[in-house]
Amino acid sequence: MSKKLLLKDAHIEGIRYFETYRKQGGYEAAEKAFKMPIEEILEEVKTSGLRGRGGAGFPTGLKWSFIAKPEGVPRHLVVNADESEPGTFKDRYLMEFIPHLLIEGMIISSFCLGANVSYIYIRGEYAWITEILEEAIEEAKKAGFLGKNILGTGFDHEIYVQRGAGAYICGEETALLESLEGKRGNPRLKPPFPAVKGAWERPTVVNNVETIAAIVPIIMNSGAEYAKIGVGKSTGTKLISACGNINKPGVYEIDMTISVEEFIYSDEYCGGIPNGKKLKACIPGGSSVPILPANLLLKTIDGQPRMMNYESLADGGFATGTMMGSGGFIVLDEDQSVVKHTLSLAHFYMHESCGQCTPCREGTGWMWRILKNIANGKGTMADIDLLWDIQRKIEGNTICPLGDAAAWPVAAAIRHFRDEFEWYVKNPELCLTQNYGLANYADPIPVAATN
Amino acid sequence: MKYAVHCTLYVLQQNRMNEIAFRPEVLQKVQLMKTRYPEGKQKSALLPVLHLAQEEFGNWLDIPVMDYVAELLEIKPIEVYEVATFYTMFNMKPVGKYVLEVCQTGPCMLNGSDQIITHIKNTLNIKNGETTADGMFTLKTAECLGACGYAPMMQLGKFYKEHLTIEKVDEILQLCREGKVALN
Ligand SMILES: Cc1cc2nc3c(=O)[nH]c(=O)nc-3n(C[C@H](O)[C@H](O)[C@H](O)COP(=O)(O)O)c2cc1C
Ligand code: SF4
Ligand code: FES
Repeated sequence: MSKKLLLKDAHIEGIRYFETYRKQGGYEAAEKAFKMPIEEILEEVKTSGLRGRGGAGFPTGLKWSFIAKPEGVPRHLVVNADESEPGTFKDRYLMEFIPHLLIEGMIISSFCLGANVSYIYIRGEYAWITEILEEAIEEAKKAGFLGKNILGTGFDHEIYVQRGAGAYICGEETALLESLEGKRGNPRLKPPFPAVKGAWERPTVVNNVETIAAIVPIIMNSGAEYAKIGVGKSTGTKLISACGNINKPGVYEIDMTISVEEFIYSDEYCGGIPNGKKLKACIPGGSSVPILPANLLLKTIDGQPRMMNYESLADGGFATGTMMGSGGFIVLDEDQSVVKHTLSLAHFYMHESCGQCTPCREGTGWMWRILKNIANGKGTMADIDLLWDIQRKIEGNTICPLGDAAAWPVAAAIRHFRDEFEWYVKNPELCLTQNYGLANYADPIPVAATN
Repeated sequence: MKYAVHCTLYVLQQNRMNEIAFRPEVLQKVQLMKTRYPEGKQKSALLPVLHLAQEEFGNWLDIPVMDYVAELLEIKPIEVYEVATFYTMFNMKPVGKYVLEVCQTGPCMLNGSDQIITHIKNTLNIKNGETTADGMFTLKTAECLGACGYAPMMQLGKFYKEHLTIEKVDEILQLCREGKVALN
């Protein structure tokens, strides 16, 4: 049984509302924080080992310590609720069911950062969640946890919810800030980093929804207690949104000590694969992280069971491993086509490229067109190599990581499923009506450590 | 001839421009939104105000509407155009009463979004991006909407319709025709 911190009360009727949330001990962490020296709050966050839950896994305490404090310049906290990475729907769950956990986390975080005005930048499509959040903010304000001179501390704090309008790139923190300023979501060149020059050139911390929610149990129970959960540098709990071909899709809070196999097959989590089918492949951390065939997913190249934590998922680098990413866990069964799935993701990245950098703007389009040809039985062997070549030329040559995010899924698909791509080329007719199937991915196969 | 058409369009647009105005209660909302940002940074309210404008003025952003928004926020019209065209949620041409935005990205595809899209195309006899002749429905394929675990899915107005099946889609279309589907 996994330990729950964020979702422990999610099942309670009415937890969405202030009164119920408060009865469950809500806002006690905020009260506690207001009595703590600011440095001590920061220290607790550092001790907790919390890593950003938005995808990159950067230590939160460290990020906070970078915030510049020029005299007389206001600072801001901006919560990243853009959640658009395919496979990811955990922040939505958190905001929909326990909005006050995010609000409370924001109050504590803003108090620590010295931010008097904070924003939640939420993807525009989550319109009804915007209303839930605004309602929760009103409630918190009425109860005296937001507004002027909160609980007599002299600390003023307002939270505003800003809706995006449909653009994956606005999840990238600098594009998000541009969008918050009423502009196109074009990522900025870094440095300067947001901690120095963020929203309206003011020092700004951008954190994911889940990251900020985790601040509540960290302050409530102490950073050291939080760090006891999990393993190594994967401390605390992580929300995983599981989807694709599994019996029980949904959002799960795990403590990062369970194996991938347990996560997929146990009834507590995904509940196995429908109709007794076999596992073919999985993208465990949102569409941008490398896809792994079943054998490498369940066991590392050393034959150890692969665990659901940052280090173990990344074990073997990109040659034989993958990443925790945002925790968007996508499962493909034996009847799925990796070629078609990759094609769909390629379309996504082409559609979402902001167009500033040539390698990303043009490369994503080329990759999509070549993949489309292959998937429709019109590809050649040279196309597969060309595809490999293009993705390599995008990676690392762009302003923001969307370029990498578009390149990696294609690279991993070719690296691990090249025979399937070749089968499409060799069987231009058959591939229109049939899938390659499972082939040899179910059993451990040695994989050369290339690239 | 071309010039004459152009002039007529321009005059029509100017006329419309004079008609376009938020209702007082919406205007009040806009004024409130402008106060959320630092002094002089009222442009930051652009996305929320465009959402309001789209809701108020027929579910798409006509040039006069965008010009009106520019005026309200004291920015240049081009600053509105470049933003409005960047984001997929803003419609740059008229759409049907019900816009069916069906997600087609990987995870939804694994759960049969292709069949849902094909079914809608066949039933309504429209292609992606088109509107039915009676102006009732527009089909728009969408990229991941954050509902991958409840796939296949579509967005309809402000709400998500999840765990779609062919039967469920038919039911939704029927309810739309009967005017029984809430959009916001
Ligand atoms: C293309 C792209 C999309 C991103 N989308 C999101 C997102 O939807 N939500 C999110 O929290 N972070 C997203 N990120 C990561 C953010 O840039 C940033 O690292 C994160 O919000 C920092 O918060 P954290 O430290 O709490 O993880 C994205 C990054 C890239 C490059
Ligand atoms: S990598 Fe792509 S999305 Fe990122 S800034 Fe360049 S063009 Fe835009
Ligand atoms: S892939 Fe369709 S909602 Fe995410």
